[in-house]
Amino acid sequence: MQAMLLTIVLAPLVGAIIAGLFARQVGRAGAHWATIIGVAISAALSLVVFKQQVFDGAPVWNESVYTWMVIGGFTFEIGFLVDRLTAMMMVVVTSVSLMVHIYTIGYMRDEAHNWPKNSRAGRHAYQRFFAYISLFTFSMLMLVMANNFLQLFFGWEAVGLVSYLLIGFWLNRDTAVYANLKAFLVNRVGDFGFLLGIGMILFYFNTLDYASVFAAAERIDGLSIALFPGFEWSVITVICILLFIGAMGKSAQVPLHVWLPDSMEGPTPISALIHAATMVTAGIFMVARMSPLFEFSTAALSFILVIGAITALFMGFLGLVQNDIKRVVAYSTLSQLGYMTVALGVSAYAAGVFHLMTHAFFKALLFLAAGSVIIAMHHEQDMRKMGGLKKYLPITYWTSLIGTLALIGAPFFSGFFSKDAIIMAVGESTLSAAGFAYIAVLLGVFVTALYSFRLFFLVFHGKERMDEQTRSHLHESPAVVTVPLILLAIPSVLIGLPLVGSMAFGDFFAGAITVLPHNDVLGRLAQEYTGVIGMVIHGLVTPPVWLAAAGVVTAWYLYLHRPELPERIRQRFAGLHAFMVNKYGFDDFNEKVFAGGSRRLGDLLWRHGDVRVIDGWLVNGTANTVGRLAQLARRLQSGYLYHYAFAMVLGLLLMLILFTTGRG
Amino acid sequence: MNLPGTQDYLAALPEIVVATLACIVLLIDLWSNDRERLLTWLATQFTLLVGIVLIIVQLSTDVTYAFAGTYVKDILSDVLKLFIFIGAGVAFLYMREYLRIHNEMKGEYFTLGLFAVLGMMVLASASHMITLYLGLELLSLSLYALVAMRRDSAQSAEAAMKYFMLGAIASGMLLYGMSMIYGATGSLDLREVADAVAQARSDDLILIFGLVFIVAGIAFKLGAVPFHMWAPDVYQGAPTAVTLFLATVPKLAAFAMLMRLLVDGLGPLHDQWQGMLIILAVLSMAIGNLVAIAQENIRRMLAYSTISHVGFLLLGVLSGTDQGYAAALFYTVVYMIMGLGAFGVLVMLGRAGFEADRLSDIKGLNQRSPWLAGVMLVMMFSMAGVPPFLGFWAKFAVLQEVVAVGLVWLAVAAVVFSIIGAFYYLRIVKLIYFDEAEEQAPIRGSSPMRVMVSSNGLVVLLFGLFPAPLLGICIAVFTRIELVIG
Repeated sequence: MQAMLLTIVLAPLVGAIIAGLFARQVGRAGAHWATIIGVAISAALSLVVFKQQVFDGAPVWNESVYTWMVIGGFTFEIGFLVDRLTAMMMVVVTSVSLMVHIYTIGYMRDEAHNWPKNSRAGRHAYQRFFAYISLFTFSMLMLVMANNFLQLFFGWEAVGLVSYLLIGFWLNRDTAVYANLKAFLVNRVGDFGFLLGIGMILFYFNTLDYASVFAAAERIDGLSIALFPGFEWSVITVICILLFIGAMGKSAQVPLHVWLPDSMEGPTPISALIHAATMVTAGIFMVARMSPLFEFSTAALSFILVIGAITALFMGFLGLVQNDIKRVVAYSTLSQLGYMTVALGVSAYAAGVFHLMTHAFFKALLFLAAGSVIIAMHHEQDMRKMGGLKKYLPITYWTSLIGTLALIGAPFFSGFFSKDAIIMAVGESTLSAAGFAYIAVLLGVFVTALYSFRLFFLVFHGKERMDEQTRSHLHESPAVVTVPLILLAIPSVLIGLPLVGSMAFGDFFAGAITVLPHNDVLGRLAQEYTGVIGMVIHGLVTPPVWLAAAGVVTAWYLYLHRPELPERIRQRFAGLHAFMVNKYGFDDFNEKVFAGGSRRLGDLLWRHGDVRVIDGWLVNGTANTVGRLAQLARRLQSGYLYHYAFAMVLGLLLMLILFTTGRG
Repeated sequence: MNLPGTQDYLAALPEIVVATLACIVLLIDLWSNDRERLLTWLATQFTLLVGIVLIIVQLSTDVTYAFAGTYVKDILSDVLKLFIFIGAGVAFLYMREYLRIHNEMKGEYFTLGLFAVLGMMVLASASHMITLYLGLELLSLSLYALVAMRRDSAQSAEAAMKYFMLGAIASGMLLYGMSMIYGATGSLDLREVADAVAQARSDDLILIFGLVFIVAGIAFKLGAVPFHMWAPDVYQGAPTAVTLFLATVPKLAAFAMLMRLLVDGLGPLHDQWQGMLIILAVLSMAIGNLVAIAQENIRRMLAYSTISHVGFLLLGVLSGTDQGYAAALFYTVVYMIMGLGAFGVLVMLGRAGFEADRLSDIKGLNQRSPWLAGVMLVMMFSMAGVPPFLGFWAKFAVLQEVVAVGLVWLAVAAVVFSIIGAFYYLRIVKLIYFDEAEEQAPIRGSSPMRVMVSSNGLVVLLFGLFPAPLLGICIAVFTRIELVIG
């Protein structure tokens, strides 16, 4: 078992090393074969692990494989915790990653034109790209398979690093460099909270091992800490909120969401793998994994619920005003992450993770389909210059339709089950913020359907708005692109049907996820659950499905039936539109207050602290003093023998005096 | 007194064999008319090799006293001799390269070197003050002669003269100290001295008097402030080939002398000599590091660097614990490796009639020879104590022991001085990598030389990454001694 788990983790790393460090030797084909084989091994073995855990009833595997160091009684280890939650994440990560690897061959085929002639960075860019995505797979596996907080943090930072590298993959583009810097800085904010949370766990629990921490969680319940004099906070709430701040950075929750739309500067396969299917869901996974802690803090759960609800609704709105095909999908991702967070907030961790899984497949599908469109359009991403692509890209069209239907939650599609489970759970919750959240997620369904079909209609239907030259070159993408689309379309439709009963309402995650009885909304729903058909029938008499349908119809009316209408609406509400195009002003605010403030502060410290105090007094001051001393001491070495002998005798005499007087 | 038996001769076999072979080397050199002196050199290295084999064959943790207790063979002497052989072997290789470059090939360099090695061996195994003095004088006289080898150079002659005069004064102090100890204890045998001192009152004035003089004698040999004045002049005045030998391997012998006299013989006076060593250590670290900054000549700078390293070495000894001694031994060995490497690079930079020893000569070395520049970088970082190089662990081990005996202020002072010292090591690195080369002559060097200098650099790097084996040997030396004696 240990050998198998190590193989799963290390196979992508080996692939990454081969492709990355031996780029010249292995060439382009060698690089993609090495990484694909590595990830394929991981994916196959992950399926075996999944089968063992889910069907064969294998016991939970929780062991350390390597002791990194022991300091002052703390043991830092590398180890794996494999239960059903981990197994599911492993399958999602490796299978989506495998699809993306294959797809990348097609997407990056003629990417050489993205680089200036003779650029050193561009020489082995193809291999570098494969090395990065394999490295990402390794890091993500380390993250989900960790059995302690240190390794979790390692994986957490490593995926962040690869994300940074890949957003800025085209490092000759200013926008890409700006975007990756932004992603890096915003994630720093989240990671700071996360690290503080881990620090507090170490302080209060004296261990970083999951099992020991969870076992001791009850003991900590009731302790309080004075963050400010006079304000007592429950320790567990502080820990949970700090950890969740980390999740807010990684899973792009308001107000730390600003980096995700900009991350679309990276190549599309990355947007699918990292910024939709896997890395951004790390926060969701982490909170679900930490459910034994979060369950003890109603305050933290309410906080999560409110943040999630705001993200789910308001980020969806922004999808309506974007014209870049990838950005629409990006805002959709933000909104869906909000849904997952809402599920965590009402203790429906299982539903959140279930949505995470279905979302991984259909959102990767949508991104890759968008990428296929972008390839066909010769890297044109503006939807206003598309239209009527249905007849040129039939496979992309149908797979996109499947992805979109899954996203809006059409009955029988995977998204329907997971999203409906979340909405029902929110309706069932007794948290005080649940009322607000319920309205937000319901409205969100309508908005989701509206922007999704707006995209769909603008791209695939209606008038062909591209220029003549582009149209003459339009054709379906190659098999390496379409096959992953088809392979991802299958789970996007089907994965919900067999799993909803056990994952959302059953005991699939028993042992991996802890829910206290009074929070157990899914448990209450499970009593009414009567099977897949029953859920669909129930869905037909509740608002979500009809709201989604209304969204589709509105999109049809606005973008196909009366295409001139959106422009009139835009002019009518110009102020609101500008506000939304400005993304509610988050970026401007950050730019002015945080970035500008830091720059001014840095400038101040540099001018007075660095130049004057440190350089002026401390560095140059001491250096000058030392230099003067050195010149002085140097004079002692006169070169005269009798001086030398005198020094020796003097030294001897001094020692004699020092050590004999007062004794005799 | 019993006549010496087989046991005695067996215990001293390495010395006997090296002495015999050294005489044979002398004869070989006399009859050889090879201008390159290859045979002499090979015979010298062969002698060292035989020495290594003999030591390894007899390596054991048993303590054997021979020749009526004047001589001791224990694990400390064995390990010290091994390191002496290895260090001398490397030094002779560098020496030969230097002599070839400068067309000064003379067999006497190697024969005198061998006699110096013999003196060091005797020092390492002395358990009697007379034996110890014998070893010391054999070593010193060989070194005086080596410094004076370049007869027609005024600078060399001046250096040798100063060295000899000051050395004579130091020897006088040492002998005077020994005679005091003899007066107080009635013996010259270090074991008997130790017993007698343990019985005596610790504030016995004669004992303290003797101790001060002995410490002064040792301090001269080590080059600790204020008995260091000879070092810069000699390092600069002697041919680099001699400097590199004199600056590195004999430090092991000086360490042996320190251990034999102060620990084996005057161990019960630890409280007294600890204070003296603290003064010497602090002064050495302060003066060494400060004055090195003001030097324009690399060899002079390295002389002051040596003085500061001696200060560090004393820190380990003055802690008075087995771990401290082990750390000091480790420090000495590490210093020897680093010193050999740094001087090796200097040898490679020189050419006929030109010693590349000014700071400006090393400018832009990276453009001329990136590999050699890399070796020098490793040496300088290591001497400055930058992890992960070997020098870091040496400093770390010593500081750990100083803190362990509660002298935190001393550790802090040591760190402060080594930070000051980092300046001149890093200045070398800056000159090598960031300045334009003034000299454009290509750097040659025979292949054995290049291999040796490279491996010297690699050793510093590799043992820096995995310090456990080397440190383990040093610790084993002292813990086993305790096992046997205690």
